[in-house]
Amino acid sequence: MANFAVVGQSVYRKDAHQKVTGQVLHVGNIEMPGMLHVAVLRSPYAHARITRIEKSKAEKIPGVAVVLTGAEVAKMPGVDPHFGPAFRDQPILAVEKVCYSGDPVVAVAAVDRRTAEDALQLVEVDYEPLPAVLDVLAAAKPDSPLVHEIHRPAKAFADLAHVKAGQKSNICYQFKLRLGDVNKAFAEADRVFEDTFSSPPAQHMPLEPHVTLVYLDEAQRINIWTASQTPSYVRTEISNTFGIPMNRIRVRIPYLGGGYGAKLYAKLEPLVTALALITKKPVRYALTREEEFLTITKHKVIAKIKTSIKNGEITGRKCEVYWDTGAYAEIGPRIVHKSGYTSAGPYRIPNVWIDSYCVYTNHVPAGAFRGFGVPQVIWAYDSQTDMIARAIGADPVEFRMRFALNEGEAFATGTPVKSFGVKQALEEAANAVEFSKPSEKLAGTKLRGKGVACGVKAVLTPSISGAIVMMNDDGTVNVLSSTVEMGQGSETMMGQIVAEELGVSFDQVHIVQPDTDITPYDTITAGSRSTYHMGNAVRMAAGKVKTVLCEAVGKKLEVNPDDLVAQNGRIHVRGNEARGMSISDAFLIKFGSAGTTITGEAICQPEAVPMDPETGQSEKCTEFWFPSATSVEVEVDTETGKIRLLQFYSVGDTGTAINPRHCEQQLLGSAITHLGLTLFEEMIFEEGQLVNGSLLDYQVASFKDLPDSFRPIIVEVPHETGPFGAKGVGETGTLTVSAAIANAIHDATGVRIRDLPITPERVLRALAEKDAAAVKD
Amino acid sequence: MKRDITLRINQRDENFTIDDADTLLEVLRDRFKYWSVREGCGVGACGTCTVLLDGQPVSSCFLLAARIAGHEITTLEGLSEGETLHPIQQAWVEERALQCAYCTPGFVLSVKALLEENPNPSDDEIREYLAGNLCRCAGYADILRAVRAADKKLRA
Repeated sequence: MANFAVVGQSVYRKDAHQKVTGQVLHVGNIEMPGMLHVAVLRSPYAHARITRIEKSKAEKIPGVAVVLTGAEVAKMPGVDPHFGPAFRDQPILAVEKVCYSGDPVVAVAAVDRRTAEDALQLVEVDYEPLPAVLDVLAAAKPDSPLVHEIHRPAKAFADLAHVKAGQKSNICYQFKLRLGDVNKAFAEADRVFEDTFSSPPAQHMPLEPHVTLVYLDEAQRINIWTASQTPSYVRTEISNTFGIPMNRIRVRIPYLGGGYGAKLYAKLEPLVTALALITKKPVRYALTREEEFLTITKHKVIAKIKTSIKNGEITGRKCEVYWDTGAYAEIGPRIVHKSGYTSAGPYRIPNVWIDSYCVYTNHVPAGAFRGFGVPQVIWAYDSQTDMIARAIGADPVEFRMRFALNEGEAFATGTPVKSFGVKQALEEAANAVEFSKPSEKLAGTKLRGKGVACGVKAVLTPSISGAIVMMNDDGTVNVLSSTVEMGQGSETMMGQIVAEELGVSFDQVHIVQPDTDITPYDTITAGSRSTYHMGNAVRMAAGKVKTVLCEAVGKKLEVNPDDLVAQNGRIHVRGNEARGMSISDAFLIKFGSAGTTITGEAICQPEAVPMDPETGQSEKCTEFWFPSATSVEVEVDTETGKIRLLQFYSVGDTGTAINPRHCEQQLLGSAITHLGLTLFEEMIFEEGQLVNGSLLDYQVASFKDLPDSFRPIIVEVPHETGPFGAKGVGETGTLTVSAAIANAIHDATGVRIRDLPITPERVLRALAEKDAAAVKD
Repeated sequence: MKRDITLRINQRDENFTIDDADTLLEVLRDRFKYWSVREGCGVGACGTCTVLLDGQPVSSCFLLAARIAGHEITTLEGLSEGETLHPIQQAWVEERALQCAYCTPGFVLSVKALLEENPNPSDDEIREYLAGNLCRCAGYADILRAVRAADKKLRA
């Protein structure tokens, strides 16, 4: 690898000092004179018609500025009362009917939160219950009651241009992939394996719940401070929803206290904007944790997977994947498409059939969760791949290695894979856990076993990142980027790339936080895309600044600008540091004046070839892949069903690691979060009502769940067009955790778990069923 | 009901009027603007709002201010002196024990109490003591290293 000054170094985080002193800016710290606070009345019914709202008593409470209903929002001039990134299906406040238990119905803005809550107590709403659609499989059938009578595409993103209007169905989007003849493969097979795997709805649980502050400035422009991963999208959404020109809206995002996908697209912003427009006062709405549970979830998924084997070869695989997207589609269709197409795995399989369905139900809306749906499909395919290997007497690692795609081979979509280190990742994972060496056999009731899993995610394509790099004449740099720092270290990544490109020190680079008045469009901070897309954009923008400097210096020194380099704060002839000048002097010869700036702008916009709507085939379905592997050793207590993680290795192909230490942190942290999602996290609904919607009842991974022994492992297969060869890493660690653990449990006990989470109760029941079957035999 | 109370916050005596329903978290944030104190769950289950009450970690979201009149409170703002970080904070930076860092103030204060109570703790003792502080970025491995490093610094 080339010798870099800053790239590849594990520099400390740019934001470390302000974060470790607790003085970092969050939306919740911003206060304004006369600011109002919001409380929201939510539907107790999963599906019901609103027949009456009586709010006059609430309006009389001193300190209440407004009590707002959906019908009133719909009457605001020029306002579209519905929003959403794929379909405009989500009302700012429920209009005519409610679609899930927790759906916002009435909002109060008052001088403080307690007054707003007191006022809500006096609001009366009458409902006429409607048949609720609560089972994703039943909802997908033609005779199911409908959650929505019409589907209205939002047209917000190029990659969702194919979602259709109309359709009297709860299936709001279906992805299809057809490769070869899967039925023939099944007919001619030696063995056919058919299994169903499920994963439950779960919570993102950023420790900072959603919070949004909106005010009108002295020019009556709408100013929005919000905890969001999508500043550019929020501006567009508010513009479309309220019919206000883009430059009358300013969206700013300070640091986020975690996002994990929960804070994508519009959430509180439309409601708080409506309240600010009506009251003409600053309005802040901070969700309680209980409200957070009722705002967005990880998709519940049921995946049916059928695989044929002939002469030891995988000949066909059919996947039917049902995604419970809840009452509003949110970004479900994109997940169903982008993750759906990877449902057969990173394997060489000549015949593949995939149907991936995005299904409305009367549940809390589901959206993107770190991994964007891929953990749910890998849970299915790499559990089953393990089952098949063991059933036909093959070594699970060797079996995967035989069928894992090599560089240049075609994925099921027909796209040749590039920078595809899935085999390297699997090999590292297997070696780390010493997979070829069986676990120790303990005396007594505890059983040990090892498991691996591998899989791959494709980056969202097409998408767009714009950036502006502004260099000051003292050699310092301001980077204008709409990438949101939510903990992943994007400021540090951008700082390293820009410093490398301009030959200045990391400390000289300042990252300007997202502000739609000054930072250019970026599709989204999510999906492990920022290092590649924004990294490329800031590098190219910095390159343009460098070009201007080199031209000025070249002219002065009478050398070809192409022979000049930027290093150590100087522009000099390559290989001859003395023949050049400092950056400040370069500015001076260009401008002859102090305090000047040079600005470069660039856009990174990788394109995809749209997939054939009937076959899912495309010459290029993604810009890059990020392979993942996990290996574990578990100990199963057969008396209690409890799982203990003895060893845990999270492996990812990151491309060139811009900051190795931070890449390791992403790999391990996201994997440990997924330990919780694998072993105990589940939102439990009864008749559409969430019954464990607080942190007292819903457990997430804590210090006690840290495995006995653990290690993140980076595999670097550089990408030819990544910034310095980098890809992405934010989600990689999540992808293969669940399957690796289930595979290890099977190795230990011989029982196969097909439903997440793998609770002690499920393990004990499976062990009891195995014992009963043994007795019968 | 309104009442006047005194609290010693970060080495300063403060006299003020509260409502009986005010939590310590509301007092620290809304009145005194100690922004390091953050609400995560509202039910005392996540550790994000941890402050030290007479040196012991407590969840400020779940404690009525009226109940602790006359006592001493330390928030993260009371830990560092100017630009100089407390050794635990230094360890946090060096061992990269922060990502989104929403949990950081609560963790750092819990660790201060842990290391005062039990210098040179075992890994199991650290895991047990910090089980009430959640980190959703799940940087527990980094935090574990930071606690060990902080302990070394404090005992040096």
